[in-house]
Amino acid sequence: MIWNLEYESMSRPRLADLQSKRLQEIVAKVHAKVPYYRQKMEEAGIKPEDIRSLDDLVHLPFTTKEDLRENYPFGLFAAPMEEVVRIHASSGTTGKMTVVGYTRNDINIWAQVMARTLACAGGTANDRIQVAYGYGLFTGGLGVHYGAEMMGATVIPISGGNTKRQIQIMKDFAATILACTPSYALYLAEGAAEEGIDPRELPLRAGIFGAEPWSVNMRKEIEEKLGITAIDIYGLSEVIGPGVASECLEQNGLHVFEDHFFVEVVDPETGKQLPPGEKGELVFTTLTKEAFPVIRYRTKDISILYPEPCACGRTMTRMHRILGRTDDMLIIRGINVFPTQIESALLEIGETEPHYMLVVDRQKQLDELEVWVEVSEDLFSDEVRKMEHLESRIKQKIESSLGIGVRVKLVEPKTIPRSEGKAKRVVDRRDIYG
Amino acid sequence: MVKLKQISVFLENKSGRLSELTRVLGEHNINIRALSIADTEDFGILRLIVNDPEEAWKVLKERGFTVSETRIIAVEIPDVPGGLAKVLEILEAHAINIEYIYAFVSKSQDNAVVVFRVEDIDNAVKILQEKGFHLLNGEEIY
Repeated sequence: MIWNLEYESMSRPRLADLQSKRLQEIVAKVHAKVPYYRQKMEEAGIKPEDIRSLDDLVHLPFTTKEDLRENYPFGLFAAPMEEVVRIHASSGTTGKMTVVGYTRNDINIWAQVMARTLACAGGTANDRIQVAYGYGLFTGGLGVHYGAEMMGATVIPISGGNTKRQIQIMKDFAATILACTPSYALYLAEGAAEEGIDPRELPLRAGIFGAEPWSVNMRKEIEEKLGITAIDIYGLSEVIGPGVASECLEQNGLHVFEDHFFVEVVDPETGKQLPPGEKGELVFTTLTKEAFPVIRYRTKDISILYPEPCACGRTMTRMHRILGRTDDMLIIRGINVFPTQIESALLEIGETEPHYMLVVDRQKQLDELEVWVEVSEDLFSDEVRKMEHLESRIKQKIESSLGIGVRVKLVEPKTIPRSEGKAKRVVDRRDIYG
Repeated sequence: MVKLKQISVFLENKSGRLSELTRVLGEHNINIRALSIADTEDFGILRLIVNDPEEAWKVLKERGFTVSETRIIAVEIPDVPGGLAKVLEILEAHAINIEYIYAFVSKSQDNAVVVFRVEDIDNAVKILQEKGFHLLNGEEIY
């Protein structure tokens, strides 16, 4: 089923007209309501009237995560706070969060694109949707929740964690669609096996998995172990949350909901817009959001666009599943982690910044982050007690900065490889972009 | 001088590290008099009493080990049942906290030699000497 048949199957020329009209409105709006956007446009010598068609979009300056950080917390909001009904946030590069807001209408749009996402996975009002994404500042849980309710499905808002209970409820409540990170889906499959339950015999038939990149092999594994169709979904809080794009049952690229989110792929080095079929960085412009519109937001996610029609009947452009990142951001259990966050946590420990390395691995389907810290002389004590105290202090600092559990390993000096004077910061042993 | 220098080295728990360290010391004619290893799941701390602590500190640092120097005392204890207990009782009675202890590799005559790392080393020296214990001095060790 296609949730918004009119929009999702709109002819490309009509869609372009709609986008063009909406683009002009949103540009005029941010120019009028958000001083920061106005200033950036003035610096670039652009007036809202200069944007007359979609081709003019390239004249507008990009928006980056740094811009969001500079305007922490509400500086880029285009609606007065009395109209903002919801706040979400995600972690940033230096511990400062990226904060986004929603008006009632934004929440409604978000629910619609999430209902489309669920319909993409074959969902209907008859489904029972187990939302095992985290609820809270993270957009995953509430994003799926509102979409599922709009669709009229039955929501099971269990949130993340407590694997035993997840499996019990999946079985007892006869959940049909699972929403969580792909790695957690595999973890649940293993947990079920340990409980002596074969998930393939449960009513569960589909999953919408996102918030982290995953490989083709991983999809195969999830589908086999859970006996379901695994659908890749994409989104980021800066744009709206989940619901920016979703695979359909063809499982051949993710349809971008272009009537709300204009998508470009640009060369990450030059910023030049690339034609369809070429690999580059995804850039989004929100066309309808009120509280937190973004203009040409650089996602740092790498993908390719395919505008060809899809067998499912949707005309919305498809994007390739995420092929990588342009920066060193890691996604661990759905949470964004920047090496710089760990750096600033470590700076609080010793007098000088210790050398460190992040080792990410997937143990029993769950991401594990190990932080290796070289023990310099100013950190070293010959008492085990003090070294263990050091280890736990580092662990605490990092965990409170990242919001996820880590394992700290103290290592000897010079054991972390250095390349051209700069240490290699990240070793990712997961096969996530494969 | 009875406050002896002990060399401590940070070692990751991985094969070959201890043998490399002892090889380095051997190459520089440094003899180990006493040693202990305290270890956790990930790392160990090796403590050494050697005949030439300055040289040991220098060569280990050159080889990239994390090294520190600590002061300890080495107490001669009659090699009879209850020998160690007596020393511990005295330290306890004077509220001197012991961080760790370990024994010497060789004995001096009929006595065992035990290394003590304590919080208040000056007080420990004074009290143990008052009670008639012999604390090894630098010449006897190095």
